[in-house]
Amino acid sequence: MTAPLLKLSGFTRTFGGLVALDHLDLELTEGEILGLIGPNGSGKTTTFNVLTGIYAASEGRAEFQGQDITNLSAQGVCERGVARTFQRSRLCLSLSIFDNIMIGKHVRLDRGLVFNLFRRRAFAAEFEAAFAEARDLVRLFDPPLAGRMFESIGAFPMIDRRRIEICRALINRPKLLLLDEPSAGMTEDETRQLMDDILTVKMRLAGLSIVVIEHEMGIIERITNRCAVLNFGRKIAEGTYREVAADRQVQEAYLGVE
Amino acid sequence: MVPESSSLSPSESLWPAFAAIAGATLFAIVFMWAETEAYVLGAIAAAAACAWAARRFGVSARAARIFATREKVLDWGAIAGTLVLLAAFHEEHFPLLMTATVLLYLVACLGLNIQFGYAGVLNFAAAAFFGVGGYTAAVLIRHTGIPHPIVLLIGGAMAALIGLVLVLPVLRTRGHYAAVITIAFAILFRTFLEVNDALGGPQGLKLPGLQVFGWNFNRNFEIAGIGLSFYVNYVLLALALAAVAFALTRRLERSWIGLTLDAVRLDETAAACFGVHLARWKALSFTLGNFMAGVAGAVYALMLGFIAPSNFTFGDSLIMVSIVLLGGIGNPWGVVLASAIVVVLPEKLQLIQEYRFILYATMVILVLLFRPEGLLPRRLRVYFPGWNPK
Repeated sequence: MTAPLLKLSGFTRTFGGLVALDHLDLELTEGEILGLIGPNGSGKTTTFNVLTGIYAASEGRAEFQGQDITNLSAQGVCERGVARTFQRSRLCLSLSIFDNIMIGKHVRLDRGLVFNLFRRRAFAAEFEAAFAEARDLVRLFDPPLAGRMFESIGAFPMIDRRRIEICRALINRPKLLLLDEPSAGMTEDETRQLMDDILTVKMRLAGLSIVVIEHEMGIIERITNRCAVLNFGRKIAEGTYREVAADRQVQEAYLGVE
Repeated sequence: MVPESSSLSPSESLWPAFAAIAGATLFAIVFMWAETEAYVLGAIAAAAACAWAARRFGVSARAARIFATREKVLDWGAIAGTLVLLAAFHEEHFPLLMTATVLLYLVACLGLNIQFGYAGVLNFAAAAFFGVGGYTAAVLIRHTGIPHPIVLLIGGAMAALIGLVLVLPVLRTRGHYAAVITIAFAILFRTFLEVNDALGGPQGLKLPGLQVFGWNFNRNFEIAGIGLSFYVNYVLLALALAAVAFALTRRLERSWIGLTLDAVRLDETAAACFGVHLARWKALSFTLGNFMAGVAGAVYALMLGFIAPSNFTFGDSLIMVSIVLLGGIGNPWGVVLASAIVVVLPEKLQLIQEYRFILYATMVILVLLFRPEGLLPRRLRVYFPGWNPK
């Protein structure tokens, strides 16, 4: 078997006396979609935040492609090929769709002062290429949206914002995509559409691995290969959706038991 | 592909745009020429009536559309308007001094706009950095033989350097520590100047005029028998500086750098997660902005021929912040408009002069309440005007 893409061992984060994440061990194989589930406050988003360098880990280790990324900055984690979305949408509402997506491409754009200010022709070429790439990516999700790239994102409904947020994470061609509750704030219909989008994208972008945090069990069942259940910062079960759904501990903690 | 709602049909004439530029120029001339307060208020009333009529008959909307799609019309129109103003007052010192002051304030405020409007780094010491440029120029010109154009650049570099040293410690923090540090600097700067005898103390320093390639900027001169005020030199220099600063600001905004600065301002966490090194970009914007303020301050000092601590107070820094707020945060044209209003209005209405801080405070509060994006709100970024996806 090949080495895991992502390996968390003894991953811990405390906030004062609160143990938000308690010695989590988790592995992800390349190409896999892993669901991360658990009740509110069970440490799912904390896992993402510590992994992406927003918070430092209190203990434990994270390896990505065999390299230690435990104490890398958010920028460092991004450069290794990890991208994420946020539970509460963190798009820049006063910017256009195109601008929002380009923020995701930051590390691959030429940020030189001379290039940007004085070599406008070269800049125009890079701009055109970047635009074509962004438009093609948006088209995978929703073709009409690709025709409205220079409109303010603030004017679009939640589902389009989620799509753009995922595009922003994908434009840099990450190896690992972290989706933090993509269905939050959307109707059932919209959620279904978005899941279709994610599966389509997953098929088109070979080798992409995804970790998805979700409360909608329907989504977890449909799109994940495997899932891990957290409760009070600890992993209490792991396996396919059917396996964990049948687990007594999980039912007590999360799904509710008579 | 997408029908551009703002695109023009080729047959549409440009006259509304020219009319708007001519009207604004005429107003500026009449306003500057007006001696008594009755004339000044009359000019404002007449302009308001014309603006209302232009709006009523759709002329201003058409002009705005032309300006949006054919930027060069407005760019060159503004330069031409300033030159007409210059011609109209070619012999009179005071209106020319005011025009040059507006343009130099514009340069400094464009710098402030990069810091605060794009990167979101608050700077309450813009006038102090303006002063650093001025004092650097004064000291260098009095004590060394460095050619004056280079002195101007050193003035900018000095302001940039001091600014960088000031903010470096707080760049890694979140929140508005830069605001606190710059407030402290703005207040300390004046005290520092007042107790420093080498810098002239409270009495300030006298400077000789600017000399570029043997041309003395402080001498009245004649062209074809027409006498010209020496301030014509300074207006032309300030206009050139303002045009360069404006062009750079706009290019910056329309580049990946402008986008990155927006990302830093709007959401630090998200920006960091996409690889943006926040401190680096804040430092860049702060340095660039202070450089612009420093160069403008050096020219200002040379133009006045005399600088004192009272030219660069905390109050002046607040005026610069209010220019950016009033004009439209992030919109360079807004900064142009607000610089003109804020610098010229109190000079013309002596009545206001005494109460100007109250007036500015009221204006800023009213703008923030009723038009939070300023007189000319910033629009969505257009990387290349007129460019449409194929």
